[in-house]
Amino acid sequence: MVELVWLIPLLPLIGSVANGVFGSRLSKGTVGVIGSAAVGLSFLIAVSIFWRIMTLPADARSIEIVAYNWLTSGGMSIDAAFLIDPLSTLMILIVTGVGFLIHVYSSGYMHHDKGLWRFFSYLNLFIFFMLMLVLGANYLIMFLGWEGVGLCSYLLIGFWYEKKSAGDAGKKAFVVNRIGDFGFILGLFLLFWTLSDLGAASLNYKDVFAAAHQIPPVTLTLITLLFFVGAVGKSAQIPLFVWLPDAMEGPTPVSALIHAATMVTAGVYMVARNNVLYSLAPYTGEVVAIIGIGTALFAATIGLVQNDIKKVLAYSTVSQLGYMFAAVGIGAYTAGVFHLMTHAFFKGLMFLGSGSVIHAMSGEQDMRKMGGLHGHMKITSITFIIGALAIAGIPPLAGFWSKDEILWEAFEKGHVGIWAVGLLTAGMTAFYMFRQVFMTFTGKCRADEHTKHHIHESPGSMTVPLIVLAVLAAIGGLVGIPFIFADGTALHQYFAPVFSHGAHAVVAAEAGHGLEILLMAVSVAVGVSGISIAALMYYAPARKYAPDFLAPEKMAETLAPAHRLLYNKYYIDELYDYLIVNPIKRLCRYCLDFDLGVIDGIVNGAGWLTRFTAWVSHKFDIYIVDGLVNSAATFVSFNSLVWRRMQTGYLQHYALIFVIGLILIVGGALLSR
Amino acid sequence: MIENTLHLPILSLLIFIPLLGAVCLLFFNAASKDSIRQTALGVTIINFVVSLLLLAYFDVSTHKMQFVERLPWMPWIGSDYFLGMDGISLTLVLLTTLISVVAILCSWTAIEERVKEYMIFLLILEAGMVGVFVSLDMVVFFLFWEIGLVPMYFLIGIWGGKRKLYANIKFFLYTLFGSVFMLAGILALYFAHGKATGVYTFDLLRLYEMQYAYNLQWWVFLAFFLGFAIKVPLFPFHTWLPDAHVEAPTAGSVILAGILLKMGTYGFLRFNLPLLLDATMSFAPFLLILSVVGIVYGAFLAMAQKDIKKLVAYSSVSHLGAVMAGIFALNQQGIDGGVLQMINHGVSTGGLFLIIGMIYERRHTRLIADFGGIAKVMPVYATLTLIIFFSSIGLPGTNGFVGELLILIGLFKSNVLLSVIAATGVILGAAYMLWMYQRVIFGEITREENRTLKDLNGRELLTLLPVIVLILWIGIFPGHFLRYTNASTTHLVEMINKNHPADVVATHSSAGAEAHALNAHADKGEAHR
Repeated sequence: MVELVWLIPLLPLIGSVANGVFGSRLSKGTVGVIGSAAVGLSFLIAVSIFWRIMTLPADARSIEIVAYNWLTSGGMSIDAAFLIDPLSTLMILIVTGVGFLIHVYSSGYMHHDKGLWRFFSYLNLFIFFMLMLVLGANYLIMFLGWEGVGLCSYLLIGFWYEKKSAGDAGKKAFVVNRIGDFGFILGLFLLFWTLSDLGAASLNYKDVFAAAHQIPPVTLTLITLLFFVGAVGKSAQIPLFVWLPDAMEGPTPVSALIHAATMVTAGVYMVARNNVLYSLAPYTGEVVAIIGIGTALFAATIGLVQNDIKKVLAYSTVSQLGYMFAAVGIGAYTAGVFHLMTHAFFKGLMFLGSGSVIHAMSGEQDMRKMGGLHGHMKITSITFIIGALAIAGIPPLAGFWSKDEILWEAFEKGHVGIWAVGLLTAGMTAFYMFRQVFMTFTGKCRADEHTKHHIHESPGSMTVPLIVLAVLAAIGGLVGIPFIFADGTALHQYFAPVFSHGAHAVVAAEAGHGLEILLMAVSVAVGVSGISIAALMYYAPARKYAPDFLAPEKMAETLAPAHRLLYNKYYIDELYDYLIVNPIKRLCRYCLDFDLGVIDGIVNGAGWLTRFTAWVSHKFDIYIVDGLVNSAATFVSFNSLVWRRMQTGYLQHYALIFVIGLILIVGGALLSR
Repeated sequence: MIENTLHLPILSLLIFIPLLGAVCLLFFNAASKDSIRQTALGVTIINFVVSLLLLAYFDVSTHKMQFVERLPWMPWIGSDYFLGMDGISLTLVLLTTLISVVAILCSWTAIEERVKEYMIFLLILEAGMVGVFVSLDMVVFFLFWEIGLVPMYFLIGIWGGKRKLYANIKFFLYTLFGSVFMLAGILALYFAHGKATGVYTFDLLRLYEMQYAYNLQWWVFLAFFLGFAIKVPLFPFHTWLPDAHVEAPTAGSVILAGILLKMGTYGFLRFNLPLLLDATMSFAPFLLILSVVGIVYGAFLAMAQKDIKKLVAYSSVSHLGAVMAGIFALNQQGIDGGVLQMINHGVSTGGLFLIIGMIYERRHTRLIADFGGIAKVMPVYATLTLIIFFSSIGLPGTNGFVGELLILIGLFKSNVLLSVIAATGVILGAAYMLWMYQRVIFGEITREENRTLKDLNGRELLTLLPVIVLILWIGIFPGHFLRYTNASTTHLVEMINKNHPADVVATHSSAGAEAHALNAHADKGEAHR
């Protein structure tokens, strides 16, 4: 079965081409079935591969399958090859599993769109590239997927291309990602040539990791930092996070699939995949952890005050990704990937839930115009609340276990600062999520009559994926429950073959379960407080118990400057325009002036000079040589007869003359030797 | 040099089939435009099919010249009609025969006036271009080089746009200016070789065998440099290109970008490197700087353009800068990347000019501001444009990525700082291309005229088909193409390393070895003087 791994990406690619070429002539139902089936089949193969490798002994679970030699140049040889190991297997399960659910959901959500076939073609193409990213056995195949998902992200954000904002957002996403990729490829070059100097030129994971300890620490730090620049772009961390909130211009299933569950986690996957390198570069680890936790807090603060239902989720995603980076930065790779997985469940769920709400509200995304939707759409509401509880870290839902493992490992490894900021962020997360829940699903409906009349629960194709994801968000954390096994959680055992090279020490029991349980209690308390404050502020029945200063309007007033700063997202976009975008545009214009004025000016000047010289000689000719010429008129007219014959305008004659001339020159030179 | 295993003067055929076609067209009635078009198309297709024979009989294991033909021509000056090809020529010849077919197809309805003359010029141009890539005699090479100029002059001068006279004279004189120096360089080598060995010959392979004095190399390099750098065009010799592109008819632009510019980079590979290795070493850092400046500068200029064609023309300056940077990185990856990127640029930028021609034929404008929302009325056009744009941006999976990657990785080896600057080109490239795509293809339709545009027809699809196929084929299986050029590029790199053994050491150690290489080089320079 493992040999069939190439089918996993191939099926979505076939689906993409099929829908892309024939989709416009097929019925909408067929288009949806083709798209979903392609991913569904891939999922089944992924499951069977998962079972297959689980039957193998732990140290034999890393299998490389070479399709063909992609490119050879001197000492550089790159195969188109896949790597099956516990990490990639988990990733393909998430990508195809969550991907399949979102495809099914899309066939309902996008049913009224004329470009449904185009949508499914792009969506399948995305799955293809994402699978290449996680399955690649070397850096270049990964990079192929890495850039490919960027392309699909561009296409899908700009799916409704007639909206200028959508086109802008797509372009911004791609270009900002390219800035990250710029760092990534430089890291790649440095890695390749460093290994080449060590006599181990390769970009294959296995060879690279085997030779990693020979790389000088400074170089390795630089390499891992450059790789991380790529991750910062792809996974929307400070300072390159600006594209992700704008990316919400895309249809909501896209936000769920690409900008929550899969693509944006590619950076986390990349760091986890390179755990061998990152473990040998502790300084980079610190940078990763600090950027991660900083982003987590920063984005959470912005999320506190947003009113667009999707923007809240977008900033929440940026924040949660920061959490994952904090984990992998401190060497807690299992915890990071664990959170990646649970986040795929609950954030995918919440995005799809928000899509269901937007669908019901006839496209309205402003939460201030929602409210009381629970009565109209129970499935959406309940599943959404399950997701919110999961992300808020309420046990025993999935988010609790993964978030807590990150916090615990941070504390246990002595990163108390990261632990504290993480805890604060967790509180904020619980607050803004339940602010969203209360504003959307409880209270009176604030929509206009027309919209209100239209509110309805979504069709089965949309609610069934919600239910499945809600179940996963509820129980998906069970694989990471501590205390059951002596040598870490089930997930730790699963990942041991991949992460054992890393600095990751199994969370041992010696610190005592006592402390761990105490910390768990603290984080649950923080989560509950966040929810409670949200309830006091935004949940009508609870508001009468709230102290005065907790009224949202009052708060916005007293903290007006802070509120404005957060509401305008710290003016980061404006800052970038001012510092980078506009100067570059000006520079382009200066370059153009320089090109036309100076460089082309020299060329034109040379032309002018030639003509001027010609004019001078012409005058010289008329006034000084003329007399001589007149006297020789007869001679000239005789000559002109001969020469006119040669000015035939035929190319071959010119060529002949040219050759004769050449012969004369050469002959003369030969004779005069 | 290897005996012609095909027992067929195939290279001559490739030159004379289009010439013969041009002669045949002379006897056509100028009014029967369709039969003229069909004949011209038939001739180029035959030529393309014949050129495919090369693939079957080409021996990839050697860098030596193959399919060699030699007839005495002007024995009294040591010039023979001497043709042959290695892997680098092979790929360029195939590109030439393919692009020629495409050029005729894309002129089908765009050219209605003087169709006969137009097609004759295109066919002569094809012969000249093939000739340049297969000549092994310097006189023959120079003849073909100049012959290529003439039909292009008429293509722009007769079927060009509003400012065609200005653009044309600039193009013609500028290139001619460079050629004069090149000719002087050729003669200098000729006499130097004759003086030293007593054999006066224009035979390139014989000229290769000699080691020229450093001083002479330096001057000849400079002369060749002027000839080729203007053709490439390398910054700061690029200003003729945007003017020529904007005024040229679509086929002219496609050929100009696709093949004529490659004559410059080919010249560097065929003459400067192997003939003047010592001078190459001295000039390389300087050329690298010009190339990298070109990459960034061209990208900035592209971003500031309002005319689609001008934007693409400036992007060519940027991309050709990358090709040059690869070649003068002087290592295997760089040269492989440069050679592959020559083909890639021909395919992708040729494709871009086709795309522009198609929209120009419909709207008779090329200003970005006149478009917007084209995706709605021309979805197929929008999709194919997207593929070509992303190939130009260098997205993995397309041809552009492989070339760019090899160039940058090679450049990184020879100069880290320049490689970092050059790599910013990948960001800028994405920025100007996607910005243009957004303004032309996305958005709402703002002009009434655009509302009724027809999507691509069968002929146009057929014209773009080879471009799309090559973009994906090279992107997914670059090995199929690199294997043809591998022996030649490896040989070049071996020559470079043999000449400067210290560089080989540098591969395995650090900066110290580089300093050593510099010293060794300085010694060598002294010795020559």
